[in-house]
Amino acid sequence: MSIKILTEHCNTPGIETFEVYRQKGGYAAVEKAVKKMTPDEVIEEVKKSGVRGRGGAGFPMGMKWSFLAKPEGVPRYLVCNADESEPGTFKDHYLMKTIPHLLIEGMIISSYALGANKSFIYVRGELMYVIHILEKAIEEAKAAGFLGKNILGSGYDLELIIQPGGGAYICGEETALLESLEGKRGNPRNKPPFPAVKGLYQSPTVVNNVESIATVSWIINNGGDAYAAVGVGKSTGTKLISASGHINKPGVYEIELGLSCDEFLNSDEYCGGVRTGHRLKAVVAGGSSVPIVPGELFLKNSNGEDRLMSYESLSDGGFVSGTMLGSGGFIAFDETACIVRNTWNFSRFYEHESCGQCSPCREGTGWMQKVLNRIEHGKGSMSDIDLLVDVAKKIEGNTICPLGDAAAWPVASAIRHFRDEFEWHIQHPLEATKAGAVYMGAVLV
Amino acid sequence: MEDIKPVMFKVTVDGVEVEVAPGTTIIQAARKIGPEVAPPAMCYYEPLKGSGGKCRACLVKVTAGSAKDPRPMPKLVASCITPVQDGMIVENFTSPQVVEARKGVVEFLLLNHPLDCPVCDQAGECNLQDFAFENGTNTTRYEEERRTFEKEDIGPYVQLHMTRCVLCYRCVYTADQITDGRVHGVMGRGDHSEISTYIGRAIDNDFSGNVIDVCPVGALTDKTYRFKNRVWFSKPVDAHCDCDKCCGSVQLWYRGDEVIRVTARKNEWGEVTAFICNTCRFEKKKTSDWIIEGPTKVNRASVISANKYGSNLIKKPDFALKLAESQFKNIDDTRPYVNDMSEIKQSEDYKALKQINESFFKK
Repeated sequence: MSIKILTEHCNTPGIETFEVYRQKGGYAAVEKAVKKMTPDEVIEEVKKSGVRGRGGAGFPMGMKWSFLAKPEGVPRYLVCNADESEPGTFKDHYLMKTIPHLLIEGMIISSYALGANKSFIYVRGELMYVIHILEKAIEEAKAAGFLGKNILGSGYDLELIIQPGGGAYICGEETALLESLEGKRGNPRNKPPFPAVKGLYQSPTVVNNVESIATVSWIINNGGDAYAAVGVGKSTGTKLISASGHINKPGVYEIELGLSCDEFLNSDEYCGGVRTGHRLKAVVAGGSSVPIVPGELFLKNSNGEDRLMSYESLSDGGFVSGTMLGSGGFIAFDETACIVRNTWNFSRFYEHESCGQCSPCREGTGWMQKVLNRIEHGKGSMSDIDLLVDVAKKIEGNTICPLGDAAAWPVASAIRHFRDEFEWHIQHPLEATKAGAVYMGAVLV
Repeated sequence: MEDIKPVMFKVTVDGVEVEVAPGTTIIQAARKIGPEVAPPAMCYYEPLKGSGGKCRACLVKVTAGSAKDPRPMPKLVASCITPVQDGMIVENFTSPQVVEARKGVVEFLLLNHPLDCPVCDQAGECNLQDFAFENGTNTTRYEEERRTFEKEDIGPYVQLHMTRCVLCYRCVYTADQITDGRVHGVMGRGDHSEISTYIGRAIDNDFSGNVIDVCPVGALTDKTYRFKNRVWFSKPVDAHCDCDKCCGSVQLWYRGDEVIRVTARKNEWGEVTAFICNTCRFEKKKTSDWIIEGPTKVNRASVISANKYGSNLIKKPDFALKLAESQFKNIDDTRPYVNDMSEIKQSEDYKALKQINESFFKK
């Protein structure tokens, strides 16, 4: 049994209440941090732990904190990004609804470290019941003196505000989130200036994912070195993976980074293998925006070495044969899944969620969706495949925010690895448009 | 006292070096050099704060970030929002990657554009026409249905034809910064987003007409001028008047003796130099209302100059001369040249060729 950092007490009955959470050793980290440590010591501890941002980009969290500008007389803000909307990712949702105090505790310590007196949790609008859970947890923490004025007699004040979002995927991009939090249209901002210099209300701001903030209390309790000892190489600690698709046991799993992909997919402790009686065809390893890879490239990289669930190992091979850990939205497809239909579905999502600010993303996502729609419905032509590759190439890297890249990668990688399936769709329109028809010619594991 | 020299940054754009003040954006530095290296801009508008970064037409490649840190930037950057660094080297038209990306941007902008230039009032002074002509391809690969909208009257003077819009946000910034109480903005998301007014509200204030001037395409048009004329049949004249609301310096557009349109003056980058009020723009349409300064200088490349002006009034673009200068090479005299043809004449190839030629001419 591997180490559980976040989900250790998840199955304890009543863990969402303050009393049970406190009995299990909760809020000890707040006491330790606020009473015995200076903010710089907390930041140093997080830096030592090497924890990387769990929202998808994997930027080292301690480094992000140390970049925060600290001008005199300007307030600083901490914003927790709980606008989890990536298709295939549902770990933050699970964490917030089962153990809300873990996030609140992490928010208190992080805000203390950054010197923020007002912190925000931006929760996706669809998760209204989670917002009620969090609000109740905040009330309980306030009543116990862990929030509000003069926390535990240390003289440090913190107000924690929960803001429901409107339910837009683009508001998970940090600058769009800040715009939305300010009450404006959720359009990503041009960078520079980065949020660490001019963020919320033009003040220095740190935006962190729910899972990243939730790890902080364990790091404070056990030390950064203990956290760094877990995991492999630069991918330290544990990661929540939301596993879905054609597997026997879908769900949220906490894995130690560095676990082998084969073990994650096939062991009974985690996914429990591909749906009985079927074989693995393709894997989306980290949420819909990372490149899709065939099953064999997920289990072993192009050199034949076993892949590990870690930031480095999954992206081994770049965009040619690798993928990314992303936000940990693991989706497995068996041979009954149609890659063309799946790619069309993803691109339909990105067309709907593009904010419409910059032209490559606004027009390109719509174009790709329409072409894929045509191919899926048996009206494509062979030149459409190269057209899609070219459009994806022209979107990628030329947009304001990473949504353009996220829309281009699934399409480009699906064509790279499953071109024969696209060609079959175009050559056999009558068969392809039948319900449930899937190309079986691809090499399967 | 010693003279304090301001710190100047040296920037190289397409091989031409220029010195600019810190804080200048790449596009401003390039414009300082001249139109031959300046990146095109569809959404950036210098007088409007915060504009830019949206159309991605001005993407450039930075091959060296600065003198201190000469690493190239990993992605193409939008030159209108990226400030220069000392020793920065920028590639614009010389980089194949930029040219390719720009082709893509033209294609994207034209995807949902109706291309109704033959009936569009903006034709002839349209940024999108120029941009597509200079940087785009001849054909489109788009086969799907285009997005269309109904025409919409927003206010007494302005009509919105959303189908033509390229969503540059210039009119939104103008309304935000020039007029009090903005009532229009962008609604919706993605490729179905549109410029629209607050439910049931019309744009109604003294400076609302400026949104027509800033619009790079024919999406916002002057209702007093719609379908009256093509721009290349009219003649622009600089004029001014005493106006208590605005500066009063404008351009009058004449057809014959009649003033058919009044617009604000624009600089060589197509940017309004001084915004004018609605009274000047829509109501003073008699020559007696104005003090005429003289004909506007028009770029020779512009269609407005066609068949109307003497050579003394036309600004000749000198980039053709510069291009010729840069591409001109002396004839290479060291080439071997054989005077003696006897050897060649005896070869089989020559004989065969001669036979073909003769048989051809006999016919």
